Amino acid sequence: MAPILEFRHVSKIYNGATRALTDVSFSVEEGEFVSVIGPSGSGKSTILRCINRLVDATRGEIIFDGHDINRADKKEIRQIRKKTGMIFQHYNLVDRLSVVENVLHGRLGHKHTLTGAAGYYTEKEKENAFQILAKLGLTEQAYKRCDELSGGQKQRVGIARSLMQEPRLILCDEPIASLDPGSSKVIMDHLSVINKNMKITCIFNLHQVDVAVKYSQRIIGITLGKIVYDGPADQLTKAQIHEIYQSNEGELITDVR
Amino acid sequence: MSDNQTSVFVKRKRSFTLVFLGACGLFLVSAAVTGYDVIAGFESVPKAAGWMAKNFIPNAQAWSRLPNILAKLTETALVSVAVTVCAAGCAFFFSLLGTKTTKVNPWIGRTVRIIAAFFRNVPDIVWAILLLFSFGQNILTGFFALFFATFGMLTRTFIETIDEVSASCIEALRATGATFLPTVFQGILPSSLPEIVSWVLYMIETNIRSATLIGVLTATGIGAMFDLYYKRMDYSSASLVVISIVVLVVAIEMISNQIRKVIM
Ligand SMILES: Nc1ncnc2c1ncn2[C@@H]1O[C@H](COP(=O)(O)OP(=O)(O)OP(=O)(O)O)[C@@H](O)[C@H]1O
Ligand SMILES: [Mg+2]
Repeated sequence: MAPILEFRHVSKIYNGATRALTDVSFSVEEGEFVSVIGPSGSGKSTILRCINRLVDATRGEIIFDGHDINRADKKEIRQIRKKTGMIFQHYNLVDRLSVVENVLHGRLGHKHTLTGAAGYYTEKEKENAFQILAKLGLTEQAYKRCDELSGGQKQRVGIARSLMQEPRLILCDEPIASLDPGSSKVIMDHLSVINKNMKITCIFNLHQVDVAVKYSQRIIGITLGKIVYDGPADQLTKAQIHEIYQSNEGELITDVR
Repeated sequence: MSDNQTSVFVKRKRSFTLVFLGACGLFLVSAAVTGYDVIAGFESVPKAAGWMAKNFIPNAQAWSRLPNILAKLTETALVSVAVTVCAAGCAFFFSLLGTKTTKVNPWIGRTVRIIAAFFRNVPDIVWAILLLFSFGQNILTGFFALFFATFGMLTRTFIETIDEVSASCIEALRATGATFLPTVFQGILPSSLPEIVSWVLYMIETNIRSATLIGVLTATGIGAMFDLYYKRMDYSSASLVVISIVVLVVAIEMISNQIRKVIM
């Protein structure tokens, strides 16, 4: 089976000056759960953002579902984004709107511009939104304004919004970086279930190596814009972690026991 | 406390003293240059106050003009509201071309900012004087003078507000594949509405004040009425005009504070 996503020699240089990615190649199979780890500024977010064209790669090809994303025109970009959910560290919700309205925003990519602008959703879409909210344990919060929620609840709204898109791929940019350990587990468990039961491919950026190892099948380690590790999560050794973070024994929080 | 920290405080005290002495010096120099007699200036205050008390307290004749004054005042206030709302609508859509997050391309963004800065930095009075040539002493002159100044001011503040408040949800909606209009109406407007309304209310207050002054120039509205009484040396009627403007502005300020509290 062809991979759902493939990076071929992708490079990204911001503003003709900052080198963020250098000759990055990897592929992701449908249904995989992959984590990208690496130090701050190594290019993790850039990788995710190239996939849905929030950032334009400078060189190389990114093949998603058989289409070259880098050559996509406006219409094709929209098709790609429709099929790709994204979850953010800071949730990026419209705080002043209710939970269910934010969830329904996941449909905007599927709608005609004017019905979308008017905020008109079909009964079926609304029903679907409430089902998703129930699955994520947010039924009671459905009509609350998002600024009344806790961080963990906000992130679940973010997940619900991306599920509303009926995506084939979900990109998670440090989804648990602002959450306490309990909420983090809830979020990771939900995403893990979504990955297994709904067969949605998930690509994560994570700062917590232990979380990445525990939840993902595969880990991509990246340093200064280059891939330095790409393999099964359970084969990642301590030495390799130190290579990814360019550190010595005893310098990482994971070394503290 | 280390030497380093102490020296920061010493430095701050020293620069404060310097600024104070500088201000005193400037005052003395300018008083000397213009021949302003400080003591005579202060001595004339009680005399001026007495004259004002005698002439500016509205008398019976002034009160009989109140209905006329209120009618003109309402007209001016309504024009100011209309101008502000029109300018706000235009400024909102114009500002979308100038924000970091929604601009079409960097050049258009820069152009928008320059145009906004131009409209904002020409004072409304100057706009009124310029427009007097094209429209004459007409209500349109005042309308456009206020419109241009408000448009420039609001475009700039809307750009800042959107970049600050809405950037994150714009990114999220864009990532779902939403096009421009849904992003505007489902993301930007709901998230920045309180700030936008707050600025519009502020501009309404400012514009009622400016409209009075511009009215003197263009012979329209409450400003013209003030000018008329003033030139006839009917000071007590003129002062009733001023008092009613102040009351209106304060009332509007109070109302808008209430509105702000509700929508925040
Ligand atoms: N919009 C941008 N303009 C210019 N340079 C950028 C931009 N975004 C990222 N960069 C630069 O590209 C490099 C990679 O950034 P990126 O955000 O991908 O790192 P990251 O691995 O996600 O870091 P973090 O873990 O801190 O989120 C950094 O050097 C960063 O300064
Ligand atoms: Mg990042």
